[in-house]
Amino acid sequence: MLKRLRYHILIFFSVIGPGFITAMVDNDAGGIYTYSQAGAKYGYLPLWTLIPITILLVVTQEMCSRMGAVTGKGLSDLIREEFGLRTTFLILAALVVTNFANVVANFAGVASSLELFHVSRYISVPIAAIVVWLLVVKGTYQSVERVFLFACVIFICYIISGVLVKPDWKEAAIYSVRPVLMLDPGYITMIIGMVGTSIAPWMQFYLQAAVVEKGISAKEYAESRIEVIVGCIAMSVIAFFIIVACAGAIWSVAPRDIEDATDAALGLRPFGHYAYLLFCAGLLNASLFAACIQPLSTAYTVCEGLGFESGVNRRFGEAPIFYWLFTLLVGLGAALVLLPQLPLVKVILFSQVINGVLLPFILIFMILLVNKEGIMKEWRNSRTYNLVAWISVVILIGLTLALVGVTLRDLAAR
Amino acid sequence: MPENYMFLTELLGLKVYDLKRRRIGRVRDAALVPLVDPVRVDRFLVGGGWAWLTVRHDQVASISLDGIYLRDENLTPHHGDEYMLRMVRDLLDQQVIDAQGRKVVRVTDITFEIRQENGHDVLWVSDVDIGVRSIFRRLFQGVLPPRWIRKAQVIIPPSSIRWEFCNIVEPDPQRRLRLNITHQALENLHPADLADIVEELSPEDREAIFETIASDAAADALSEVEPEIQTSILESLETEKAADIVEEMAPDEAADVLAELEDEKSAEILDEMETETKTEVSELLEYDEDTAGGMMNTEYVSLHANAKVNDAVAALKGHEELLESLNTLLLVDADERLAGAVPVARLFVAGGDTPLKELSVERLLSVRVDEKQARVTELFDKYNLLTLPVLDEEGKLAGVITADDIISVLRQK
Repeated sequence: MLKRLRYHILIFFSVIGPGFITAMVDNDAGGIYTYSQAGAKYGYLPLWTLIPITILLVVTQEMCSRMGAVTGKGLSDLIREEFGLRTTFLILAALVVTNFANVVANFAGVASSLELFHVSRYISVPIAAIVVWLLVVKGTYQSVERVFLFACVIFICYIISGVLVKPDWKEAAIYSVRPVLMLDPGYITMIIGMVGTSIAPWMQFYLQAAVVEKGISAKEYAESRIEVIVGCIAMSVIAFFIIVACAGAIWSVAPRDIEDATDAALGLRPFGHYAYLLFCAGLLNASLFAACIQPLSTAYTVCEGLGFESGVNRRFGEAPIFYWLFTLLVGLGAALVLLPQLPLVKVILFSQVINGVLLPFILIFMILLVNKEGIMKEWRNSRTYNLVAWISVVILIGLTLALVGVTLRDLAAR
Repeated sequence: MPENYMFLTELLGLKVYDLKRRRIGRVRDAALVPLVDPVRVDRFLVGGGWAWLTVRHDQVASISLDGIYLRDENLTPHHGDEYMLRMVRDLLDQQVIDAQGRKVVRVTDITFEIRQENGHDVLWVSDVDIGVRSIFRRLFQGVLPPRWIRKAQVIIPPSSIRWEFCNIVEPDPQRRLRLNITHQALENLHPADLADIVEELSPEDREAIFETIASDAAADALSEVEPEIQTSILESLETEKAADIVEEMAPDEAADVLAELEDEKSAEILDEMETETKTEVSELLEYDEDTAGGMMNTEYVSLHANAKVNDAVAALKGHEELLESLNTLLLVDADERLAGAVPVARLFVAGGDTPLKELSVERLLSVRVDEKQARVTELFDKYNLLTLPVLDEEGKLAGVITADDIISVLRQK
């Protein structure tokens, strides 16, 4: 019995990686901004959304990692095999555009977090881009994954920072489980935004590819599933502490809109230098981390779907398109941040629109694929699970389309 | 390229006309019947009205971008096609193995050659297309006229694989027989290349390959595959086939693989193996993985301490399978205790009557089976060893560790 338990724990540690990393990258610069904004403007009220968000996240991520473990193929591979090249190409084109905007946003996160430490963006961004490039191009899958897992640990910054602010824990606990619905347009937009940033198209591709790359088999899938669930919960815990920190530091003083994530960090300053520093460090880490993973995942997905050689275990000459795509995404993404008058907010809003248009297709493809007998055999969704999955997907599609609508309205207003 | 070719993207949707030049329908798919002919398109599946019709190759008069003209219009409805390899369903967008380029590729388009057979046109599959040029064709298929696409694509470098080098992987054994799929081309690959290919495939395709290829080729490739994938392959195979493969592996590698499996499965496989190899492997399994015993190999050549060079040459003739990697002969006394180690190259410069003892290395090194792995690698590094004898608890020769074992250990770190 004990031996069996030890065996399972060992397997759990051997499959750790994909789920955790995906969930953590989800808290990228854009995510941190959204959660900070939620806490700064509405205090503890939005905390209840984290539980449904976690459930939605678990349902979608679980299906992806299961497909990866059972088929040994990436999501874009499966879409290509089942729905043809043209569909795949359109999806990939949209994915490249939205991920590129994400990369820009994350380099902007690097720039603004280091500007708080008086480092010019003309120094920080090029260095960050080179570090990201070297890490991925010169590393192997194992070494890269180790660095990423370490980056996951740095997210603890937010937990400590949240504790240092000394928020009202009682309120936080109550509102975590008590749903508050208000017919305030700002509040509704914010909730939609929180869901929208939490479940993004690239995650589905990245997670499945990472599960395949790690060689997780259907037999180890039980442990892999736990890892995915734990990862999703960890992501929500971090989000919780970001909201709580901003609620305690900004909202409790005076509720207001914040400009960007660094604005939130500045709001934490009166509550101690460490709370502020940790929040900044967290932002820097999250932005750098996402700036690695998103271009990497994009390059993977595109090459897989179109049948080009890919993988960090190959050398530059063996997988030229893979490395060029990655290099261009990183290089252009970083260069764009250095443009003097970059309308960053517009870039982010634009990427949210494409994200929102793309997500429904991907989710529907996923459910169709996960139910194909030829692909999944006995690992298909059960009827109950399908019901849950379809409901989740319909909710997600509804919310993202609403987000697209709101964003388009904002863009038009500008 | 001459004008006598056609791409699958052009063939699909091509109009088919009967003897009176009336349109019957459009081509929906084309199929080979590999048991009859592995390259000639045997039938075209034509969509017209409600059902698909089958057009046999000998019913066709001419094929061009203008359409397919028939010379016999007695068409039958399409049904039952397990023996057919259908281009669109079974090949397009699927993975195939390129035996020449030694990699797994995804089929984007297929190039046919238009040939003459008994005065009418037939299609031969000539290449499988991958890469940007074929992606371009796929994207604009049906959007732009085919002739424009042909003109525009020349600016993109082509990327194709000749059909005879393509290996289709089919997980279903029954269908594999019907489609006449063998993997002989893969058996001729270097085991390390085959291992790389296998690692890229999905689990069921891996299983399909290991089921089909000869056990010795499978064993060589399996030794080169990453440990996690080794276990998943062996677990998915029938016990009997797994035992056949493990038997062909070097005993130390066989023991390593079996040690990674669950106890029950490895016992099952051991039971199926021949007694001799079984004992050898089970003995190796007794040792801890991180000790000299766990690293060592029992395939070595040992001679009596009094033997001469001629005896050594005779002994080597009996171990042809070891010659490729053998670099040291071991000398033992009557009690099987280590008495010397002779580098093989020294045999060439010595006379046939020279006692082997005289050719032995000056400083004879060995380790006990329970020596730690770290210490063993240290010895290899310090003394620049190629082979290190391992002795059991009683001081008898038990096996050897070779430099390639050390490289694998270091690579895993």
